[in-house]
Amino acid sequence: MRRSIVASPAAWLVWGAVIIFFIGLAGVIGSVVVNSFGVRWFDSWLPEAWTTQWYGQAWDEFTLLPVLTVTLIVCLLVAGISVLVGVPAAYVLARRAFPGSRLLYLLFLLPILMPPITYGIPLATVLYKYGLAGHLSGVVLANLVPSIPFVILTMTPFIEQIDPAVERAARMCGARTRHVFLRILAPLLIPGILASCILVVVRTVGMFELTFLTAGPDSQTLVVALFYSMSAAGIRAQQSVDAMAVIYCLMMLTLLVVALRFVNPTQLVARVKEDP
Amino acid sequence: MTTATVAFRHRLAERGVDRQMLLLVPATVFVVALFIYPFAYGIAVSLQPAEGGVLGAYRAFFTDAYQRDTIATTLLIALPAALLNVAASVPVAYRMRGRFRGKRVLTTILVVPITLGTVLTAEGLLNFLGPAGWLNRFLMTSGLTDAPVRLTNNYWGVFLSLVITGFPFAFLLVLSYLSGIDPSLERAAATLGAGWRQRFLRITLPLLAPGLATTFCLTFVLAFSVFPSAILVGDPSGSTRVISIAAYEAAYVRYDYAGASAAAIVMGAVELAVIAVVLGLRGFLYTGSTAGGKG
Repeated sequence: MRRSIVASPAAWLVWGAVIIFFIGLAGVIGSVVVNSFGVRWFDSWLPEAWTTQWYGQAWDEFTLLPVLTVTLIVCLLVAGISVLVGVPAAYVLARRAFPGSRLLYLLFLLPILMPPITYGIPLATVLYKYGLAGHLSGVVLANLVPSIPFVILTMTPFIEQIDPAVERAARMCGARTRHVFLRILAPLLIPGILASCILVVVRTVGMFELTFLTAGPDSQTLVVALFYSMSAAGIRAQQSVDAMAVIYCLMMLTLLVVALRFVNPTQLVARVKEDP
Repeated sequence: MTTATVAFRHRLAERGVDRQMLLLVPATVFVVALFIYPFAYGIAVSLQPAEGGVLGAYRAFFTDAYQRDTIATTLLIALPAALLNVAASVPVAYRMRGRFRGKRVLTTILVVPITLGTVLTAEGLLNFLGPAGWLNRFLMTSGLTDAPVRLTNNYWGVFLSLVITGFPFAFLLVLSYLSGIDPSLERAAATLGAGWRQRFLRITLPLLAPGLATTFCLTFVLAFSVFPSAILVGDPSGSTRVISIAAYEAAYVRYDYAGASAAAIVMGAVELAVIAVVLGLRGFLYTGSTAGGKG
């Protein structure tokens, strides 16, 4: 295709819109970051003076250490369980055709297609009935609902990429299903498993509704603690809420950048070769 | 093992059912126990309100205008936001396919909003667009407006927060579908003398349309479940009282579990109806391979 050096008006329009989006984004992030370092900021372009005391204050006031510990435990449990349960299911769904496989696929798709609040409220009621909500176990169980289907959906293309002939060869040499899984598939699937693990962790750290509905006072994750501190305005300095939000964002950003080393985001839905 | 069970297993194996299917059991049990069962339980609870008979909770929801209007409010926020996100990502993705310098950086910047989380987005929007924020300060010093423009604690605050979190997501999906379309198809059309408008409307868009429908559905699900941002940057008792707020209030403020379950189920039904319409329309479109063949 012909490429001209002078961009067309349509190109200018598109890039203009992108730049406006980026300016808005920079304004949104920048104002939070600036506020989290500002002493007092009322009616001026920038705060009167700079300080880092809000970070220390946020750490003490919000008891961030236990909150971060809970977040970490919840994420690791959710990621671990959903991989253990999801990968074998993804394997069967990717390799086998059987009566009802489409129905099963739809069953696994539904939790992703529903807004968390719709199933979160009945789920929280059920979990409270069995005395599971309000504790870590309830939070983990609730977060598993969208995570297991998510692992199944992200792992299916990774499994489809592996040539079934490799497995058949292993079986010819006498390997049983367990051996095929542990010796052949697991090593080949490690990149995919890592990617879906990290994406599950990112989703769980960011999952507000389900954790909000099922968490007790000592099983809040970071998003929920942030929400409470922000909606209870006036009790705490806004700057320390901002400081906590910055900590949250940095954590998520680190996770996502790590995840992007394993998966190309543009290849999540369709596996294609890039145009050289 | 008796001959009967062996024969039965053979019959199953012929249809593709064997012991490997046991690998599906844990996942199915989880989804049934934690998704299907609570949902059925929720439906049962919603049919047993304290008063008003079997459909009392639903009747109460639909006769109370304060509750009923939350459906329209939610759709009025979620549909335009999802449409804008998908429509805006098509031209941007169209310009960004193929390789060019800085593509990785641009993609990374576009991923940043996904990491922000609702609270930082809300806090940022309040700071940036608020009456004393940078935007209004700029508009007033440059003389474009006299009074601060109100963009927070109303519809626009929620809408903008949905665009900030939804656009990058829609963009990544559209870019992925678009790079799945073989560029040689367009090159072939170009050699036959098609201009860019024709190439886009006759080749790329029809091939992209099913992907756009999927992207719209996923973005719509994200936008439809606005809960924290509707409370934090919106006007949760008025113009942005979305249906999830109504459900939450019924459950945790009034302890009316029948009403809450009814609201949650109405919410799910409305959302699935929109998705069903979009996916139904998608059925009319071409859904085959988008890779070029030999020829």
